[in-house]
Amino acid sequence: MQTEPQDHLFTKQNTCAVNLKVNGEDKKLFILPWVSLLDGLRDHLHLTGTKKGCDHGQCGACTVICDGKRILSCLTLAVMKNGSEITTVEGVAQGDNLHPIQQAFIDHDAFQCGYCTPGQICSAIGLIKEGKANSREEVKELMSGNLCRCGANVGIIDAIMQVKDGGSGE
Amino acid sequence: MNNFEYQQATTSVEAINLIENHDGSRFLAGGTNLIDLWKYNITNPTELIDINRIAELSEIRELENGGLRLGAGFKNADTAYHPVVEQKYPLLSKAILAGASAQIRNMASNGGNLLQRTRCYYFYDPEVPCNKRVPGSGCPAKEGYNRIHAILGASEHCIAVFPSDMCVALTALDAVVNVAGPEGNRSINFADFHRLPDDRPDLDNNLKPHELIVSIDLPEKGFAANYSYLKLRDRHSYAFALVSVATALELDGDTIKEARIALGGVAHKPWRSAEAEDFLRGKIANAESFALAADIILSGATGYGHNDFKIKLAKRAIVRNGLMALNPESQLPGAQPSA
Repeated sequence: MQTEPQDHLFTKQNTCAVNLKVNGEDKKLFILPWVSLLDGLRDHLHLTGTKKGCDHGQCGACTVICDGKRILSCLTLAVMKNGSEITTVEGVAQGDNLHPIQQAFIDHDAFQCGYCTPGQICSAIGLIKEGKANSREEVKELMSGNLCRCGANVGIIDAIMQVKDGGSGE
Repeated sequence: MNNFEYQQATTSVEAINLIENHDGSRFLAGGTNLIDLWKYNITNPTELIDINRIAELSEIRELENGGLRLGAGFKNADTAYHPVVEQKYPLLSKAILAGASAQIRNMASNGGNLLQRTRCYYFYDPEVPCNKRVPGSGCPAKEGYNRIHAILGASEHCIAVFPSDMCVALTALDAVVNVAGPEGNRSINFADFHRLPDDRPDLDNNLKPHELIVSIDLPEKGFAANYSYLKLRDRHSYAFALVSVATALELDGDTIKEARIALGGVAHKPWRSAEAEDFLRGKIANAESFALAADIILSGATGYGHNDFKIKLAKRAIVRNGLMALNPESQLPGAQPSA
């Protein structure tokens, strides 16, 4: 697996052209079909905010928002998403103004090491947009795909509840 | 991990033509299981045929017979939150929402849910024998660490369980799977879709080579008044079931007119017992009746050591979920015990 950007190697005949709108910018990738969306973002577009945790869909660290929905970029091939709009943690703030979820994570100490945080933030934005979590219990259930090994989960749920109740989650 | 080619199909016919003409090719829908299996070197496709852009697979629509057609490419989350599913088939909605995580449900397709492979840890480890992965190599699970394994319908060749939650509800609801293939279209009753391992544990289901699941039909009867899905697992969320139960009841006062009970996490396919359901007809819907039905359902159960506990757990879960079905609004997020 490619661990560093080595775009000059990607000249084989079965290289695919993939158009993505990433954080509002049009991007064109020339990649092999087995490159995950996660590796495409990190290694080819150099957007390393999205984290590779387990790379098997068990931890949620790679969560991004694709066409408005939170998905796991590690179990998605980049070629599958040709023409899609992707939002990563790099794209959630408006300039210097943090997204309300980002501010709430700071307000509630919702992280320690920070490795799961980009996935938690993208997942939380997706959760609020889905509009299916009406109680603290439902928020916990619908955030269960994002693991936090530091145990900041109480702060994470507090942060989401703050934004959800404030109605500023968009 | 091997390299593979990639193609997109825009119609079912095109997808079937493509898969017929390329040895080792596979359909790619959500990818949540297939890509993981590929990363673990469990499956080595030479080509993936992306079926996500096939419009005819993405529909969900009400049928003239009063039922509902779920497109195979329709996403698990969109299915669970669809207003008709929520109102008419809440058992299916609850079962889907008990499985995986919100992100995976946003990705996973309905057809792919039926085709997911077991999570037996021996199946997932290419360093050890497994009759499902390499036919004839053996089954280390039987004498190994088999806490998650089957108590019903297993064979000397395989004691793996089928991991889906959605399919437990589809079994209880008597869904029908519509498939297309080189030899034409056909429909398979849900009870006949998955199979027991017998001497061919490499075959999870009765699909023929190169067949594509097009849709899943739900009959009119949704059991929306009295239903419950209970999922028991090692953590409260985002874990596969040790035992799960889908219960659907039709009541006349306190008396059971019709009962459907399907179990997950206990066999190579979702498990139902016609004998137990016949027994419950005409009985009072109470813990005693459900306990007697549970004894019938588990009458042939066998443990393999570490999973012996599942027999008692399944019986208790059937009773608990029967009582929960009398009061469905008490159900908790994550299909946890409530009654």
